[in-house]
Amino acid sequence: MADKVLMKGNEAIAEAAIAAGCRHFFGYPITPQTEVAAYMSKRMPKIGGVYLQGESEVASINMVLGAGAAGVRVMTSTSSPGISLMSEGISYIAGSDVPCLIVNVERGGPGLGGIQPSQSDYFQATKATGHGDFHLLVFAPSTVQETVDLISDAFDLGDKYRMPTMILSDGLLGQMMEPVVLPEAKEPTDSKDWAAKGHQGKRKHNVVNSLYIDPSELERLNRERFQKYEKIKETEQRAEEYLADDAEIILVAFGASSRIAHSAVDMARKQGIKAGLIRPITLWPFPEKFIEKHVGHAKSFLSVEMNMGQMVEDVKLTVKDRKPVRFFGRTGGIVPTPKEVFEQIVKINGGDC
Amino acid sequence: MSKIMGERPKALVDVPLHYCPGCTHGIVHRLVAEVIDELGIEGKTVGVASVGCSVFTYNYFGCDMVQAPHGRAPAVATGVKRARPEDVVFTYQGDGDLAAIGMGETVHAAARGENIVAIFINNAIYGMTGGQMAPTTLPGQVTQTTPYGRDTSVAGNPIRVCELLSSVKGVALAQRVTVDCVKNVKAAKKAIKKAFEYQMAGKGYCIIEVVSTCPTNWGMSPADALQWLRDNMLPYYPLGVYKDVGEEGEQ
Repeated sequence: MADKVLMKGNEAIAEAAIAAGCRHFFGYPITPQTEVAAYMSKRMPKIGGVYLQGESEVASINMVLGAGAAGVRVMTSTSSPGISLMSEGISYIAGSDVPCLIVNVERGGPGLGGIQPSQSDYFQATKATGHGDFHLLVFAPSTVQETVDLISDAFDLGDKYRMPTMILSDGLLGQMMEPVVLPEAKEPTDSKDWAAKGHQGKRKHNVVNSLYIDPSELERLNRERFQKYEKIKETEQRAEEYLADDAEIILVAFGASSRIAHSAVDMARKQGIKAGLIRPITLWPFPEKFIEKHVGHAKSFLSVEMNMGQMVEDVKLTVKDRKPVRFFGRTGGIVPTPKEVFEQIVKINGGDC
Repeated sequence: MSKIMGERPKALVDVPLHYCPGCTHGIVHRLVAEVIDELGIEGKTVGVASVGCSVFTYNYFGCDMVQAPHGRAPAVATGVKRARPEDVVFTYQGDGDLAAIGMGETVHAAARGENIVAIFINNAIYGMTGGQMAPTTLPGQVTQTTPYGRDTSVAGNPIRVCELLSSVKGVALAQRVTVDCVKNVKAAKKAIKKAFEYQMAGKGYCIIEVVSTCPTNWGMSPADALQWLRDNMLPYYPLGVYKDVGEEGEQ
């Protein structure tokens, strides 16, 4: 068993990526994710890897496209406004079926917003990270340890499905320190036979491309990609349940806000209120199956988010008017307190607190 | 009896090109392919196609190819080269791609001394979208979006890319050529070959600007377009070597 070490969330992201065999990092500084880049700039030259600071997020994501197209395990990390700038490249990456890892350590928006933690990029991560029909596999860790564990999965599943994946973290998880056990280090592999890496005269040329002038060809490829997405929806949904089996009021919360929701559930249970929590770990695919399981016995759902109400729409789409779905959130970089969330539970339960 | 004067270069796939009659892209494609053949590097070359008329180069070159977003070819090529330093990597970009939307990526790839070759087609117009003003459109030149001629007090001035990049440390070779006649075609090929050789020697960023024609969007016959190029383009964009670090490399 490996030793436990105390690590900052952002640095753990970098070390976990290296352990997963990633040797190529391209990025641009932005608060609150800069420690990822700083850590990579220190480590990569020591292990024969590549750290390169692009002149912008736009350039960085296109460097990721190039390295990913050439068949290596590659990543970038940024924070919310940076994802907006990367959207173009992410769309091309998805349209070219190139695997890579994109980390978003979210901050408050819109615009320049603020630098405090937020979850206001849920829509952007799960619905429209760029133009066109596509999805990313999106993981939302809630602890530093889980961040470390999910990075390895994100790389492996990205390669398996040939698609970009995202770790949706936030300023809180990125900046906090927690004890972690790092996974056994994997060596980089080089086995992607579709990659543009030089055909050595041994095969027809590979073309990594997202342009299809013939509309029937483009439709066919989009349909194929969505068949893949259906398979992913079937097999890759992940969530954690906490006291959900007998719960009447079920909170749904991911990432940092799920930790607060967890505490609020404990406070409610102490008062004899049957509260529970479903914590989506994959945001796309949204873990519908885990919610569906509890629609029968739950009296109502409460989506707790650090935004103005985004994931709540997916909860509603899953619950389909069978039970009331409510929302509580703080935004702009404000982190809700367990007491605030507890008060919402009490209110739903029909009482005062 | 007909006699075949020259075989198709191996590095050029045997498919019909989509370019308009009289367009000089075809000549430049052939030169790049001949250089790849002569250096014997097709198997380890990765080309990066840009957005514009030349986007379909990924179908024409026999080496592995990646298609980049508009203007981003230098960044994509950087990613390929950093992932596969043993490979030979080139971009093939038009003037809108390289000198407008992609100027940032171009200058920074150059400043990093990124070990890639940029083949830069300057025909002073946006071809693919149907003839709009380019960053290299000449003063007074009529395009779809400068219908009264490019008024530099409104639309700004044309950018001389080789001159600009010649001031950037990291550039190993910046040379402007054209392909309007046999002599110049030969000189262009020599320049392209030198650029690829420089990359293989690890010298840094190389750009070969090819002053080109766009008969369709200039509204001229191919022969008139070549004459217009000589009379108007070459005075503004003089041919020549703007930077060459030579055998010694940059001092």
